[in-house]
Amino acid sequence: MTEVVTQPGALPVGGEGRNHVAWWGVLCLIATEASLFAYLLFSYFYIALQYGPAWLPERHPSLALGAPDTVVLLLSSVAVWWGEKGVIKGRRGQHLAGLALAIGLGAIFVAVQLVEWSQKRFGLASSSYGSLYFTITGFHMVHVIVGLIVLGTLLGWSIAGYFGPRRHTPILIGSAYWHFVDVVWLFVFSTFYLTPYLW
Amino acid sequence: MKGLESARTPEIVTIDGDYPAARLEQIWRSEPGLVGWLSSVDHKEIGKRYIVTAFVFLILGGLEALVMRAQLAGPELRLLSPEQYDQLFTMHGLSMIFLYAGPILTGFSNFLWPLLLGSRDMAFPRLNAFSYWVYLAAGLFIYAGFITGHGPDDGWFNYVPYASRAYDAGINIDVYALGLILLGISTTVGAANFVVTFLQTRAPGMSISRVPILTWGTLTASVANLLAVPSASLAFFLLWMDRQFGTRFFATAGGEPLLWQHLFWMFGHPWVYAIVLPAMGMVSDGLPTFCRRPLVGYTPVALSTVATMALGFGVWVHHMFATGMPSLALSFFSGASLIITLPSAVAVFAWTATIWTGRPVITTAFLFFASMIVLFVIGGVSGVMTGSVPVDWQLTDTYFVVAHIHYVLIGINVFPVVGGIYYWFPKMTGRLLDERLGQWNFWTMFVGFNVGFLPMHLLGLLGMPRRVYTYAYGMGWSSLNLVVSIGSLLFAVGVLLLLINIAISLRRGQAAGADPWGAPTLEWAIPSPPPSYNFAVIPMIASRHPLWETRLADDGARSTLTQGYLLDRGRETLGTTPLDARPNQILEMPEDSLAPLLLSLGLCGLFIGALVHAWWLAGLGGLGGFAALLDWLWPRYIHADLEKARD
Repeated sequence: MTEVVTQPGALPVGGEGRNHVAWWGVLCLIATEASLFAYLLFSYFYIALQYGPAWLPERHPSLALGAPDTVVLLLSSVAVWWGEKGVIKGRRGQHLAGLALAIGLGAIFVAVQLVEWSQKRFGLASSSYGSLYFTITGFHMVHVIVGLIVLGTLLGWSIAGYFGPRRHTPILIGSAYWHFVDVVWLFVFSTFYLTPYLW
Repeated sequence: MKGLESARTPEIVTIDGDYPAARLEQIWRSEPGLVGWLSSVDHKEIGKRYIVTAFVFLILGGLEALVMRAQLAGPELRLLSPEQYDQLFTMHGLSMIFLYAGPILTGFSNFLWPLLLGSRDMAFPRLNAFSYWVYLAAGLFIYAGFITGHGPDDGWFNYVPYASRAYDAGINIDVYALGLILLGISTTVGAANFVVTFLQTRAPGMSISRVPILTWGTLTASVANLLAVPSASLAFFLLWMDRQFGTRFFATAGGEPLLWQHLFWMFGHPWVYAIVLPAMGMVSDGLPTFCRRPLVGYTPVALSTVATMALGFGVWVHHMFATGMPSLALSFFSGASLIITLPSAVAVFAWTATIWTGRPVITTAFLFFASMIVLFVIGGVSGVMTGSVPVDWQLTDTYFVVAHIHYVLIGINVFPVVGGIYYWFPKMTGRLLDERLGQWNFWTMFVGFNVGFLPMHLLGLLGMPRRVYTYAYGMGWSSLNLVVSIGSLLFAVGVLLLLINIAISLRRGQAAGADPWGAPTLEWAIPSPPPSYNFAVIPMIASRHPLWETRLADDGARSTLTQGYLLDRGRETLGTTPLDARPNQILEMPEDSLAPLLLSLGLCGLFIGALVHAWWLAGLGGLGGFAALLDWLWPRYIHADLEKARD
């Protein structure tokens, strides 16, 4: 039989990093958001399989904008990761630069995506493909914009001096969310831009 | 200064008279007055609000049902027009399934979890308050539609194309879609809160094999909600897009109406388990108290709780057997639906064995808990029947299905909940409910329920379809329908007796004391009603039955309840590791705040704006919500001060 737990010694107050309740909270958020995108992509494949390849408005969607834009988004994840290392190690320059760079790259992603949208010859209401395309990429875009607001807020608070090696959990959380948004894009991108080539 | 230190060895003290209670009361109590009430983040307060609100929706849903039963009491009655009847059965379903059955269990778990787990609050107290306010907002949103004559009117599962704009042009269905997205937000954040609370705030020593079964039930339901709610919220959103912006997701030409059913039931079936597993947990914890012995088969019951839910994600198509799917799919989902009886039966045998081998004390709570086993078996057997494809083809959309869903939801949710009220009312209020009135209450409800709902099976077999607003003479349904209506009325009288009992006992009930039932779990170790800080010292747990260790005296393990961690520098509780519950941090808990309420109001603006296309209001609501969120999350300390304080 296990004994009653006795005096534990000194305990951290408030927890930091991956012990923090808020870290577990954001993991729950990511789990539920990941489910949301899984259901979105399920809807795409479900309708696609009812109609077959003729349903696609472009048999082979152009990768000219989407592929480089994907690289830009992945680079923004690297930037956030680099900034996160900066705050943990107390390198303030790296910390601020990483966040700012990630925001810049994220904004480029949004701009390119808007150009791509404007070039599509179908609209939200023109077919179920159009509805799925704009709704799913739109859902993702909203997540990117929310991510940018989160990173922007974190950058503001960082400039105000709230974070450093002893309090960096909020940065960790914002960056986890950002990585999530980027990983989801890989699924969205593969679904709309790559799977048609296999069909 | 509070919060600036980086680490501390928590003091271990012994409770002595008023020490350290008076000091903790100062730290934890909410300010008196309206602002204090609106900003409270106390889980007990929030839990009680959830319970009261959910009960109001239960009563509204019950009154709606009674009006329908009046209409159906005889053939060719014209109390209601078909349109009114549509809104009534839809609002009845929405009220019971979404606004009562889930939230009532959230309410119990909210009130009970920190008490069961030996903690001072949930992991995210403010999120908890937010979850309640958004739930309230969603309920008011949907009922505002109903009261103004624009209530949802396509049934609680709202099939397209009936729900498409072409066939339902008003804003009724938009009220449904947006209201339930709002409710989904509440459910989701509540679920996340339970998951993290379970993983991080159990009293030291309370390993996962020592938690009450109720926490297993709610944890399982919460994980499922995190994964399943997005499916329904997405379906609601896509429907709203179809209706308002001309998208073609569910269009009969070029879209796929059946996608709605898939998305709805991929959520809907796990949801059925989400609204019964915590209630089954209440029975697993309450029944042993009155049988004077521990639950038979703790581990199998805990495991089967989780297994039921895991299987529950793979059976949604059994709601769609009649849609013309390939027979391979039908066979697979039929098989999965039948297998789910195995984990469900584990709990039934465990409860029966607990009563059989115990020395039952026949209180009202015991009667409600024990009768639930019977109703569960009836609802389970009719479920197995409809899980079989050929039987389902005969019975789908008949009153047999109505009987089944009511045996499941009233049997496994309402009966345990009312039992739970008799069991935990003394803990919540400090007063016992009256037992004599309680026995009347139980027998009226039990007889009324069975008289009202058992004949529905027969009506279904005789071919009466569900959701008809009336029926012709000479169908052979008239006398059974009259019996059903009389039974329903009797059942309603039973619920009324409960309300009368509560009203009387709140004022004149016998004082309960800390532990009126001689129960085994931690919530009974503290005064009734519990003080704002719950536990004066965080107890240290050595078994599943901290209050029965002397009585059972099996292996000499002793929990320590009057000596433990003090934690009195502000609102603090102990954080422990996820599996073994070893102390690993001191959790700083938030102060009361208006931010959760303000964020909810912002969301209300957003959703009302979206409903009536007042985009300025939606934008304003969004911005207001964002401002509230910023205030909520604003960091408290400049980093340089932290470094100074900690060096």
